This record gives sequence, C-alpha cells and structure tokens, in this order.
Amino acid sequence: MLEETKRQNLMGVLKVNFVRESLLAFRNRQSLVNPLVFFSIVIVLFPLGVSPEPSFLKPASIGLIWVTALLAMMLSLDHLFQLDYDDGSLEQLVLSAQPLYLIILVKTLTHWLLTGLPLILISPLFALMLHIDSQHLPTLLLTLLIGTPVISLIGGVGAALTVSLRSGGVLISLLVLPLTIPILIFGSGTVQASIDGLPISGHLAIMLLMLVLSITLAPFATAAALKMSVSN
Amino acid sequence: MNWSFFHKLGSPKWLYELAEKLIPWFLASGISALLVGSIWGLVFAPEDYQQGNSFRIIYIHVPSAILAQSCYMMMAVSAVVGLVWKMKITDMFIASAAPVGAAFTFLALFTGAVWGKPTWGTWWVWDARLTAMLVLLFLYLGVISLRNALDDAEMVTKASAILVLVGVVNIPIIKYSVEWWNTLHQPATFTLTEKPAMPSEMWIPLLIMVLGVYLFFGGLVLMRMRNEILSRERKTKWVQKLIVLNAEEQQV
Repeated sequence: MLEETKRQNLMGVLKVNFVRESLLAFRNRQSLVNPLVFFSIVIVLFPLGVSPEPSFLKPASIGLIWVTALLAMMLSLDHLFQLDYDDGSLEQLVLSAQPLYLIILVKTLTHWLLTGLPLILISPLFALMLHIDSQHLPTLLLTLLIGTPVISLIGGVGAALTVSLRSGGVLISLLVLPLTIPILIFGSGTVQASIDGLPISGHLAIMLLMLVLSITLAPFATAAALKMSVSN
Repeated sequence: MNWSFFHKLGSPKWLYELAEKLIPWFLASGISALLVGSIWGLVFAPEDYQQGNSFRIIYIHVPSAILAQSCYMMMAVSAVVGLVWKMKITDMFIASAAPVGAAFTFLALFTGAVWGKPTWGTWWVWDARLTAMLVLLFLYLGVISLRNALDDAEMVTKASAILVLVGVVNIPIIKYSVEWWNTLHQPATFTLTEKPAMPSEMWIPLLIMVLGVYLFFGGLVLMRMRNEILSRERKTKWVQKLIVLNAEEQQV
C-alpha cells in the first residue's frame, strides 16, 4: 500500500484517505449512529430532568443544543485514530511521503463530515422541540456549521495524544473540553445575539477566525502527537 | 559568553547538587518574605475605606493568581525548549511545576471565593476572570492526568509538552472570549506600565508577597525536581552510591 501511495500525487493520497475513512465509517454504521442517538437522548433528559416549561426551555435551548453537540462529538473522537493505530495503518500514514499535516486535516474533516454534519442536520428538530423561534434556526445552523469543525480539529489533538491508551475516552474529554470553551461561548453567544436582535456579523467573524486558526494550527499539534504515539 | 552552565543543565547529577545548594536560599528568603508580607499586609496595612478588612485577602489572592498564570507560562517555555533541544530538565520542570501550579490556581480560586462572599455577597459568580482561572485549573489537571495515564517516559515528555503548548495558544483566546462573555471582576491590581491606584502602604506588602510566593515556588519546585531526578536516575551509579551512603550514615 505504501508503494502505491507514494506513486500517487498529493490529491490522490488525500482522496484515498477520504474514501477510506468514509468507507470504514459506513462499514461500521453503529459508530455513525451513536453520536446522533446520544445527542437525542441527552437533549430529552433536560425537559425530563429540569422542567418541560417553555419558560425554562426557550432561554436554555441554544446552550443545550451546543453543549450536547459538543459532548456527542467528544464521544466519537475516541475512534478518530484508534482503529488505524490498532491495525498499523497509522504508521503507514506517518511514514507517507505526503505531508502528514494535510492527511490529518482530511481525516479530521472527514470525521466532522460523518459526525458533526449529521448532528447539524438533526439539530433543527430538537431546536423546535425546545421552542426556539424558527426565524433563529438559520443562525443556529450557521454557528454549528462553523463551530463543529473546530471541535473536531481541537479534538483531534486530544485523540492523537491518547491514541496509545486502551481507554482514552474520558481523558480525551478532560484534555479537550477546556480548549473548546471559546467556540462554545461564541457559538451560543451568536445565536443569543440574534435572538436579542443584535447584529451577528462580528460574532460570526470571530468564529470564522477560530475556524481558520484551528485549521492552520491544530493539525500540526495532532501530527506531532501522532508521530510521538507511533514512534513508541 | 560562557555557556558551560547551559550544557551542565543536561547533567542530572550536577542539577541535583545545584538544587541542594539553592533550595535553602529560596525557601529561607521565600518564607521570610511571605512572613513579612503577610504580617505587614494583614496587621499594619491600612483598612480599605470601602471594603474594610476583607480586602486583606488580596495579600494571598493576588500573589497566588499571578503565580498560577506565570507558572503555566514557564511550563510552556520549558515545553518549547524541551521539544527543540530535548533537554531532560525541561520535562522534570513540567512534572514538578504542574501540581504546584494547580495548587496555586486552586488557592487563588478559593481565596477569591472567600473574598467574594462579603464583597459581592456570593461565593461564586460566573465572571470572566474567575471562569478563566477555573479553566486554567482544568488545563493543569489535564496535563497532570495525561502524565499519569501514559506509561512510556519518552511519550510522557512529548505528550505533555504538546498539550502544554496547545493550552498556551488557547489561553489568550479563552481569556478574551470569557471576557466578552461576562465581566464583573475588577481590572488587574498590578500592571507593569502604571502606578498602582492604591497607597504605597498597601501595595508594598503585596509586592513583597508576590516576591515571596515566587521564591517559595522556586524552592518547592526545586525540591520536587530533586525527587524527580532521583526516581529517574535510580539506576545510575551516582544515585545508588548516594542511597548507600545515606543508609550507612543512618546506621552510624
């Protein structure tokens, strides 16, 4: 496989990785569904556990959706590099002649496409169940669309650091959740600003800045962590 | 310039002996500065016209908060040095400083809560600086738990250095986002560029406390680093010789 990859150009390698990731995910459908089910159940816990009154749900709804989406994505991070590490293909990726940075970027964005995007797609349903006014739905979706890739990218660092551990799940959350606080603040803050009738373009610009920063910086840290994990 | 001290830092034995000489100085000066500062601050400094005596907790709160933040910065600097030059001492510093930094972060949060009760009427508010400190505590705990979770020493070194660096890139972002989110805390007590607003009888003891906390921190970290050196170098001859010598001394 290594010989084959070396002969192909960069785009080819990235495409192979994208197709491989997606294929693996679709072969193991349960891992695709798990975050969605988790997301749905946790959202349902709040009306049951706190209060079903719209007077509670309405102001809390944006935060609930954002926090639950964040947790659901944490849950799936465990698998980001784990299988590749176990079967040795991670070593091949690290040894590849193509830049590891780009390969990781593709892998992480595929992870987002397979877990983050479905979450975004079902979130309007729960947003309506939590009584968010439908005119604010586009803003909510937009913030999730910008914010969830950031979570995947930062989460990748945590996943790479803990990949050699048998049970890294809780540790990943411990490492990554504090780092995702800014995107959470701005994600739910943007929707809140839109509900309060304030302009949101400034907030969106800051969220995009975070996205740009995490695209440019996070894969470097992930690459360094993966090299370290593989070399031992 | 003579760089030999820099190269000597690579020798655990030299460092162990240097630390032995430095620790008494750090601890003695640190503890006496803390004593002078706290007695001056708690007994002799004038009362605040608005907050009364409850303001005096800043003599513990501000130094520990300053130290908690700069300890993480020091860890980040040594993480860079460690990743670039692969020096053993940097990882020993991170290992030794992280729990101390976490303890000071907790102390800053705790004293802040104690001060908040009489002043703001509540133990905790979701204010930007408090929240940022709480996140800093989580970052420290993350470094400590990652170090505990990994087995391989080489991996612990690199993984915690990477994590510390990712954290340090995030600290300003976290700081500004929580500030945008909510602010109740007063601005910083000390800035390098401006003269403090409080009278000198109040800020001189505070300055002494800050100095004392740094010296005390230095002493503590050096003590912890000596332990680190011993446990890491336990298979080398000089450590085994040291242990035998100590055992013989105790028998005599």
